[in-house]
Amino acid sequence: MTNLEKYKYDVVVIGAGGAGLRAAVEARESGLSVAIICKSLFGKAHTVMAEGGAAASMGNVNSGDNWMVHFRDTMRGGKFLNHYRMAELHAKESPDRIWELEVWGALFDRTKEGKISQRNFGGHEYPRLAHVGDRTGLELIRTMQQRIVALQQQDARDHGNAESHMKVFSELTVTEIIKENGKVAGVYGYWRESGSEVLFDAKSVIIATGGVGKTFKITSNSWEGTGDGHALALRAGANLVDMEFLQFHPTGMVWPPSVRGILVTESVRGEGGILTNNVGERFMFKYIPEVFKNIYADNEAEADRWYLDQDNNRRPPELLPRDEVARAINSEVKAGRGTEHGGVFLDVSKRLSAEVIKKRLPSMWHQFYELAGVDITKEAMEVGPTCHYVMGGVEVEPDTAAAIGVPGLFAAGEVAGGMHGSNRLGGNSLSDLLVFGRRAGMGASEYAKKNGENPVSDAAIKAAAARIEAPFSRTGGENAYSLHAELQEITHNLVGIIRTGSELQEAIEKIAAIRARSANIAVAGDRKFNPGFHLAFDLDNMLLVAESTAKSAILREESRGGHTRDDFPGMNNKWRQVNHISSFDGDKVSVRAQALLPIPKELFDLFDIHELEKYMTPEEITKGGSN
Amino acid sequence: MARKLNLRIWRGDSTNGGLQDVVVEANDGEVVLDVIHRVQATQMGDLAVRWNCKAGKCGSCSMEINGKPRLACMTQVSAYGDDETITVTPLRAFPVIKDLVTDVSFNYRKAMEIPAYSHPENLKPGEARMEQVDVERSQEFRKCIECFLCQDTCHVIRDHEVNKKSFAGPRFFIRIAELDMHPLDTLKNRKKTAQEEHGLGMCNITKCCTEVCPEHIRITDNAIIPMKERVVDEKYDPIRWLGSKIRKREGIV
Repeated sequence: MTNLEKYKYDVVVIGAGGAGLRAAVEARESGLSVAIICKSLFGKAHTVMAEGGAAASMGNVNSGDNWMVHFRDTMRGGKFLNHYRMAELHAKESPDRIWELEVWGALFDRTKEGKISQRNFGGHEYPRLAHVGDRTGLELIRTMQQRIVALQQQDARDHGNAESHMKVFSELTVTEIIKENGKVAGVYGYWRESGSEVLFDAKSVIIATGGVGKTFKITSNSWEGTGDGHALALRAGANLVDMEFLQFHPTGMVWPPSVRGILVTESVRGEGGILTNNVGERFMFKYIPEVFKNIYADNEAEADRWYLDQDNNRRPPELLPRDEVARAINSEVKAGRGTEHGGVFLDVSKRLSAEVIKKRLPSMWHQFYELAGVDITKEAMEVGPTCHYVMGGVEVEPDTAAAIGVPGLFAAGEVAGGMHGSNRLGGNSLSDLLVFGRRAGMGASEYAKKNGENPVSDAAIKAAAARIEAPFSRTGGENAYSLHAELQEITHNLVGIIRTGSELQEAIEKIAAIRARSANIAVAGDRKFNPGFHLAFDLDNMLLVAESTAKSAILREESRGGHTRDDFPGMNNKWRQVNHISSFDGDKVSVRAQALLPIPKELFDLFDIHELEKYMTPEEITKGGSN
Repeated sequence: MARKLNLRIWRGDSTNGGLQDVVVEANDGEVVLDVIHRVQATQMGDLAVRWNCKAGKCGSCSMEINGKPRLACMTQVSAYGDDETITVTPLRAFPVIKDLVTDVSFNYRKAMEIPAYSHPENLKPGEARMEQVDVERSQEFRKCIECFLCQDTCHVIRDHEVNKKSFAGPRFFIRIAELDMHPLDTLKNRKKTAQEEHGLGMCNITKCCTEVCPEHIRITDNAIIPMKERVVDEKYDPIRWLGSKIRKREGIV
């Protein structure tokens, strides 16, 4: 291993999406050296796909908004399974994180008074999403990418070298987080371009790798969403929490097949888009759950009036939280009221003029016009559910984003669990990655300052290197592409939007069988930019994620948020008190129940007691929050 | 309906390579990236291609399709005739790494040379007030997805490797224009440095960049030409010239 390429950094950030970049900025500003590792080119992360906006209770459009209202909406959206402290920090700190982006050059859309404009979104009581047309994620990524460049330019002035204290390692895959003496010591991986291996000695490591969508057949996620961080954390001894909760975004494109799954932003509904079935019925009125009856309109007239007068009318049911809308669409299609291509209609052309649609939803217009040949200013879109977001993720300490059980390891953004409970509200992910990206940067920096170097042993390097070499030493084994396709079929059919106990059991067995076969993957060609080789490692990660999801899902005998059991249709308050914790022993994933922390009194008191009765047991209500 | 498609793919690396013919199935509504993926999964497991979002939002799958710089995810197979062979090659302006993947680090080096946004010192977070009409000018340029197709097509670098040192390219002219038009940016002289340090003068406004931009950013009309005009105004307007000498101001905004 004498020729091994080696680096030494205080903090290593895995992932260069919103959370990773925000964490890197924070760590560098605290004076430390930082490596940013990304699987793609710098600036291509999946965050660019976020369209609608970033939720923050700035109150620019409706001054009634504040952190408490945002906190309540987030908890409701997550069906009270959220880690209360994460939801609290998120609601309190989001406005500062948005304003800070302006200091770095971001240009959000404005109100008439010149403040940052905010738009309506599902589950948010007030217009709350700071946005830039429908390309808000791109604005976030670019702003932070340019902030990183600004910090590097400062280093060039101060130290004579732009990369002296912070460097972006693009197109590099991490295969292992290495621990020594029970603490994080570094990370190991390979350059995608050459296949050659790299070791980073690190005092602390931040995982910010995003989601797991590629585990599923129909997804809005890019190729990078292969659950790398989830699997790296599991393998390093950290826990995953609540992996049964996957968000199926209600509106993905369904036609043509090549774009199946690609997102149609919720802003289409926020701007007045309505959902109809193949007989022209505006069906969402049939699907308003009991817990939401007082805030959603049950007739078209009132729903339509809401767009003009939001204070005196209830919201249209198209703006229910995503899990409700996805299930409703699923039911309509199953009942034979779907479109030709298995979706429903989403129409914004009847409410807004062509000019306004092109102004407010430019990427959507573009996307449908160029990819589906549909002009959304004149005709309806065909949409259906698509795997969009994983609520579950690494179990962390809310204030520091430290991964529980692994000193020196931190996680933020989609890869972290707890914040969104059983269902995420649209707009809460962009603010999540800013709030907790910064906190992970702070937590990891503090840890790195307190802890000295922890050298990586030769034995650890050898083991990591052997794992990378393995698929090349086999010939005539399994094909990674086919195994991936098989896995996606299983998750789609057996662990998808609607689940049952027997199917989940079948899924667990089938996933284990694929995992056994994956140990025999052989790779054609050499190490140089070889996608077959890359997929072999991505697949390993997806298999662990799928196992964790299926095993968590079979335990939860109720339907809540992003987990629907056909055999246990209702929400059961008993299950609200339980988190599912996944861990990995090197051989298989095990899942155990863990009691959810009770909500402290001051947060408990923010809710109407009658609302809490819908979610909590009588004993919890009597207790009235913890002290 | 599936049909057989003749695809010609450039395969190789920095040392050598050439076009290889394959026949691959293509279905209704598919884009070029779909059929490349099918080739990868069924015939050439190690075929190198960059891609991410597959929705025209990340700018990763840039390549040349029948000689034109395009995003493979936004190019419909049906745009070509049934008997037509589709030829895919790597971006010509950048060094090949492998197959359809090129080394685009030139662009990241240029990004590092553009001075960052500079916020007014006394303006605290949350205090900024801007008119929508004023932010829209810069927002047009911030739509850029950094696919670098404009850089690839620009003949100043496409045909003259030697110019790369002194020419930032259309992507970075819109970056400079975006900062120059940013309602709050405090750094002066952005246009002047565009001319003197980043090679704005070498652009002879053939508009090739605008033509290939998948985001339809009016690179030439809205960024390059206005900057060129203002630079010329400042340089050759005798009254402004005199004013700048007498009052010893650092350039004129």
